[in-house]
Amino acid sequence: MKKRVLTVDDSRTIRNMLLVTLNNAGFETIQAEDGVEGLEVLESANPDVIVTDINMPRLDGFGFIEGVRKNDRYRAVPILVLTTESDAEKKNRARQAGATGWIVKPFDPTKLIDAIERVTA
Amino acid sequence: MDMNEIKEIFFQECEEQLAELESGLLKLNDGDRDPETVNAVFRAVHSIKGGAGAFGLDDLVSFAHVFETTLDCVRSNRLEPNQDVLKVMLRSADVLADLTNAARDGGNVDEARSRQLIKELEALANGEMPQPAPEPAKAAPIAQVAPAPAANDDGFQPVAFSFEDFEAAEPPTIEPSTYEIVFRPKSELYAKGNDATLLLRDLSRLGEMSIRCDMDRLPALDEMNPEAAYFSWKISLKTDKGEEAIRSVFEFAEWDCELDVTLASGDASDAGQELPMQPVPFDLSLLDEGAPAQAEAIEDDEQIVSQQHDLRDAAVSTAANASNVLKMAQTAARAPVENAKASPASAAQAAGQQAASAATPTIRVDLDRVDRLINLVGELVINQAMLSQSVIENDTNGTSSINMGLEELQQLTREIQDSVMAIRAQPVKPVFQRMSRIVREIADMTGKSVRLVTEGENTEVDKTVIDKLAEPLTHMIRNAVDHGLETPEKRVAAGKNPEGTVRLTAKHRSGRIVIELADDGAGINREKVRQKAIDNDLIAADANLSDEEIDNLIFHAGFSTADKISDISGRGVGMDVVKRSIQALGGRINIQSKPGQGSVFTMSLPLTLAVLDGMVVTVANQTLVVPLTAIVETLQPEASAIHSFGATQRLISIRNSFCPLLDVGRILNFRATQANPVEGVALLVESEGGGQRALMVDAIQGQRQVVIKSLEANYTHVPGIAAATILGDGRVALILDVDAIVAASRGQALKPEMTLAATG
Repeated sequence: MKKRVLTVDDSRTIRNMLLVTLNNAGFETIQAEDGVEGLEVLESANPDVIVTDINMPRLDGFGFIEGVRKNDRYRAVPILVLTTESDAEKKNRARQAGATGWIVKPFDPTKLIDAIERVTA
Repeated sequence: MDMNEIKEIFFQECEEQLAELESGLLKLNDGDRDPETVNAVFRAVHSIKGGAGAFGLDDLVSFAHVFETTLDCVRSNRLEPNQDVLKVMLRSADVLADLTNAARDGGNVDEARSRQLIKELEALANGEMPQPAPEPAKAAPIAQVAPAPAANDDGFQPVAFSFEDFEAAEPPTIEPSTYEIVFRPKSELYAKGNDATLLLRDLSRLGEMSIRCDMDRLPALDEMNPEAAYFSWKISLKTDKGEEAIRSVFEFAEWDCELDVTLASGDASDAGQELPMQPVPFDLSLLDEGAPAQAEAIEDDEQIVSQQHDLRDAAVSTAANASNVLKMAQTAARAPVENAKASPASAAQAAGQQAASAATPTIRVDLDRVDRLINLVGELVINQAMLSQSVIENDTNGTSSINMGLEELQQLTREIQDSVMAIRAQPVKPVFQRMSRIVREIADMTGKSVRLVTEGENTEVDKTVIDKLAEPLTHMIRNAVDHGLETPEKRVAAGKNPEGTVRLTAKHRSGRIVIELADDGAGINREKVRQKAIDNDLIAADANLSDEEIDNLIFHAGFSTADKISDISGRGVGMDVVKRSIQALGGRINIQSKPGQGSVFTMSLPLTLAVLDGMVVTVANQTLVVPLTAIVETLQPEASAIHSFGATQRLISIRNSFCPLLDVGRILNFRATQANPVEGVALLVESEGGGQRALMVDAIQGQRQVVIKSLEANYTHVPGIAAATILGDGRVALILDVDAIVAASRGQALKPEMTLAATG
């Protein structure tokens, strides 16, 4: 069974990169454009792992992570934060919101796949 | 999809983000303090930086980073976005756009300017910030930012670590040594989606590992919180990767566990033996007793039953591999009470979110596909016209059902055509937005203070028209600021607001788009224009010209009123070029000017370049199409109205004014001698400069919408001919370029006409 990855990112560029990288690595990829959409599609996406951006319109990554952690069925799904934020404060917030791990941009396919494999069985 | 396509998407996205950035900054400039506006501006820069980083566009990344840092100060209210700050930011947005273009198309960026702005941005970020510490990269030089984000990282060091390090073919030089690791997860570790099993798995990949699970803290099952962490592990790992690699395995978890890594003093095997713990025998019967008890305690819920199984399964496997128990923590549900609390809240949240997401859905389509569709619809229109014609020719009964069907078909075809054209229609907003930058730049260069007001940005027009609009519009804006507006001092002296206003308006009017560019400057200095025209030998010194005629002189080739050619609008391109490009689009341009109050340029353009309403005429047995928009009226000349003028020229008098009469057949060399005007029809057309001309044709066949087929693309450019089309009977007809015909009739310059005007 292919593992299902939900990606949440408002940048079309990054979405496409994620899609190509994840599909090439044999994942099934479901994409959302911001936190609100991410929560909306959560049930239907039924992800094994989530990759999310932080800076997004409508609902940012922190809010999205908190939303997922409040969802009974998905609160234990690993969530990786894809971020350009380099300051510790932001990462702490992501962690407090319930992020499992993080990948620092610039986007690197190897790093992404490695990180996903680290948090999924 | 490959990387190049994604890169293309990236640049498209950049354009959108840049537009977003600029409109956001302009909103802030107008006093908008909505945090969402600031956020949108921040996100735009942030997105560009993110994508640019992925493609290794370091210049772009480093500039975006500095910009972002300063915007972050605004976002966090550490920097007040006043006019001065926004000035720097708007200029930064321009540089960001330049850098993006340079990254896409190659070419150079004004590095001095970008360095200067980096300095200014950094100064803004520094100057207003109470504590500069939390912005570690702010003061960093450009090169540092993008390629090595690890360098800016503080707190945990996630990026410093790379899997490649230990997957690399060449192992590090560290000698294999044995580490004693104590790993004691906290409950939070599981709550955040981490899994001790996976961490241990990763650890095992570092070398030879022996592992013991400490289950001492595991309570009796009925006291057990399924989400708590009870186990800890003692691991003995023999690896040559070093302690750093071990710690990096726990990178994501280090806050949520106790981790103790020590280098073992003795031999690896000894270390294993020293572990005090023994595997605890796990009695399954205990579990069986415990589980129902727990089930009673919790309310009867089908889910819980399945959880029991999970629990039991997990427990069974625990005997073999203790860490699996932890799966319970992940799969077990919360207590029902908590569920009840959580769901209304989340429902409310979801409702709020749905309200927020009520945008019209859109899709992106490759332009080629739309063009193909438009071409096919064009063919359909031609085909339908041909069908109608042959039915009319073969069927004498006008009320037959075939005719009715044809009429319906014709209507449907029209509707399909309109709908297809609507797909290509886009708002003029992006072009208008680009103009605000032009205005800023020229205002800076000329030392004038200018405000650009845009109206009707959402007016839609065909994409090809939009694409071709930018250049003439840019030039006109330059002209308006450079020549139209006065310096602040002069404005004050004239009792005006020192800040000049340039107003750019778009609207639909009778099937065309009308774009107006108005300035509140001094208006055209007619005396100066007139003198210049005389100096340049464009008009006779004693020519008697109306104000309108003088104003229109500025559209004449090689005309420039600036005393010395400025860097801005005097680039060898005059308003004549503007006029040419507008005409090439099938448009017209007019000027109205009031001394002391400013000038208004009005452009009228067709909504699409694919179809045209035309009058089908016959000239020397050739069928031609004259664009309907050019025709003012048609008339049958009487012999008494025709006057000879000079050797070859003729005039026609219409309602007591004279108008040059041009024989289209002669100009296009369809015939050697001029036709007799009385036998033909005169089309009164409006041409360049607003003057009217009468075009002589032999007969009018009718009025029709025709699909434009480019001559340049299929054959070659023919002077006097704008394009071609295929008529209902399958014949090719040429579409007349009215202005070119008028220009050709003039021969050399404006001189003879102006004398005419004097006579008239």
